[in-house]
Amino acid sequence: MSDTPIDSSKRTWLIATGCAGAVGGVATAVPFVSTFQPSEKAKAAGAAIEVDISQLKPGERIIAEWRGKPVWIIKRTPEQIADLPSLDGQLADPKSERKPDEFTPPYARNEHRSIKPEILVAVGICPHLGCSPTEKYTPGPQPSLPDDWKGGFLCPCHGSTFDLAGRVFKNKPSPDNLEIPPHMYLSDTRLLIGEDKKA
Amino acid sequence: MAEFKEISPNASAGAKLTNWFENRFPTMFDAYRVHMSEYYAPKNFNFWYIFGSLALLVLVIQIVTGIFLVMHYKPDAAKAFESVEYIMRDVPWGWLIRYMHSTGASAFFIVVYLHMFRGLLYGSYRKPRELVWIFGCAIFLALMGEAFMGYLLPWGQMSYWGAQVIVNLFSAIPFIGPDLALLIRGDYVVSDATLNRFFSFHVIAVPLVLLGLVVAHLLALHDVGSNNPDGIEIKKGPKGNRWSATAPADGIPFHPYYSVHDIFGVCVFLIVFTAVIFFAPEAGGYFLEYNNFIPADPLVTPAHIAPVWYFTPFYSMLRAITTEMVYVLVACVVLGAAFGVFKAKLPGVFKGLIAVAAAVTVALMLAIDAKFWGVVVMGGAVIILFFLPWLDCSPARSIRYRPTWHKYVYAVFVVNFVILAYLGVQPPSPVGERVSQLGTLIYFGFFLLMPWWSAKGEPKPVPDRVTYQAH
Repeated sequence: MSDTPIDSSKRTWLIATGCAGAVGGVATAVPFVSTFQPSEKAKAAGAAIEVDISQLKPGERIIAEWRGKPVWIIKRTPEQIADLPSLDGQLADPKSERKPDEFTPPYARNEHRSIKPEILVAVGICPHLGCSPTEKYTPGPQPSLPDDWKGGFLCPCHGSTFDLAGRVFKNKPSPDNLEIPPHMYLSDTRLLIGEDKKA
Repeated sequence: MAEFKEISPNASAGAKLTNWFENRFPTMFDAYRVHMSEYYAPKNFNFWYIFGSLALLVLVIQIVTGIFLVMHYKPDAAKAFESVEYIMRDVPWGWLIRYMHSTGASAFFIVVYLHMFRGLLYGSYRKPRELVWIFGCAIFLALMGEAFMGYLLPWGQMSYWGAQVIVNLFSAIPFIGPDLALLIRGDYVVSDATLNRFFSFHVIAVPLVLLGLVVAHLLALHDVGSNNPDGIEIKKGPKGNRWSATAPADGIPFHPYYSVHDIFGVCVFLIVFTAVIFFAPEAGGYFLEYNNFIPADPLVTPAHIAPVWYFTPFYSMLRAITTEMVYVLVACVVLGAAFGVFKAKLPGVFKGLIAVAAAVTVALMLAIDAKFWGVVVMGGAVIILFFLPWLDCSPARSIRYRPTWHKYVYAVFVVNFVILAYLGVQPPSPVGERVSQLGTLIYFGFFLLMPWWSAKGEPKPVPDRVTYQAH
């Protein structure tokens, strides 16, 4: 066996067929991996939703489902709105300047992160790892929260805290504020979530 | 092909039948000899050595109960939770099969953690058993995947939000992360598509991989031979025992000696296992979490979510990585690099490489979110185990002959691991955060500093033969 000289032409063909086979193998893997992508049905399920907010009172929240995610519609009290600027120093991104295209549409890039100062519309999913934060409206000291707590949200999974404008506090696992979905008012009491005027 | 064996016409019917098979399927008979009756294991095994067989037993329990559960379970987001309740209430003895499977999952991790700790105690991963250890770590990794995907199937609140968190871990990877998470879920949120593919992975793909790895783990083990509590290589010792003149003198055949030893272990294990199944199948919310008895609700995360106990040490480390902690890690990288450059005896080229690699790492650590580094730390905590054979530089293999203070280092590691596990089931708190950050440093310090500390101290004299008292 070792005495036979190497037939380099045969070896070249072996390498060539091996490579051709590998290309075929990889090409076959493409349809298999592609089946992992969201189906056409899943892609189509992202339509905008309409919410009636006529019954929403100050200090209350409605949870609507949009694209399988909870969207919170919260009516803040005047005191809660007044408290927002005082928190700027403790927040990671008080002016919503980080990745604004992903998290904050232009009409919500303000102190209260909303179109109307009292009504916050936010996706109730923590940007860290996707849990839905729990409401912690009551101010004051309580477990897992600082003693000067002014009301907001606490993520039960990893302890990120957000103020009542969905802005994340400093040095918490979540790098970003809560996402403000595209939304617009169809009238004073009817809200469309998933679409805005420019779209 | 093996020689065809003729048998005397006067032989018994049993012997004739055996001979008939041996001539037609000799591989089976060879395998029995190589792995059972002529596999010579050291004679000084102690109770720590039952966990390998127990892991195999639990694997069989999981496969058998799993097959029966699949007959009644429906992998459909609208029906999954109901079908599990149907198994629990309406299928005759369904509750038993289900509790065997759910308790089996926790039992698997208990047994595997003890099995791994045994390896750590006696240096079972040291040369020439590196591959045995690496296959074992791969089994552990596959098992974590299997357990995680299985936990989604009951479609309870914990199933749903646990999967949501873990899948989102992947989205923390820069650039490809969000698309990768989408590819795993098959939808923009954890949904029916996710449930279906996790079901497929849980019942077909991962078990096949697991079985293949278990075979590789055992074959590699039987090629190099088992380690023992003394860490002495019996193959290097004198030859000849009462069964074979060429086998190691300190070896005894696996069957019947260790098969009987393991059957005793199996009996003790089954007493505990069945006690849990019959008297405390939820194990106080640790084996089956209370929130998982509530159907999945994509709009509300339960007030307290925590992974099942076996993931909690790693989960604690994930939670420990905050922006502040990244600065601490940066300091660690800088210190490590400074040590490499100024203290280690290395050629200048390597020192330059270390400095450049450290600078790049620090730049990345400051540029990318803490969230990603949390994922890296959690993954790294498992991956680092693969490197243990090369991290341990102690002259003595077994803890028995290492300097006494090494035992305290191991004790700190174990206590720290348990504390991390405890913190992982607790809700986040400022004190818990600090403790878990310290715990993360201890965990990684144990492994990364091992080349230094394990070589320190005066090892005790290692005897030539294994220590063994006949009883």
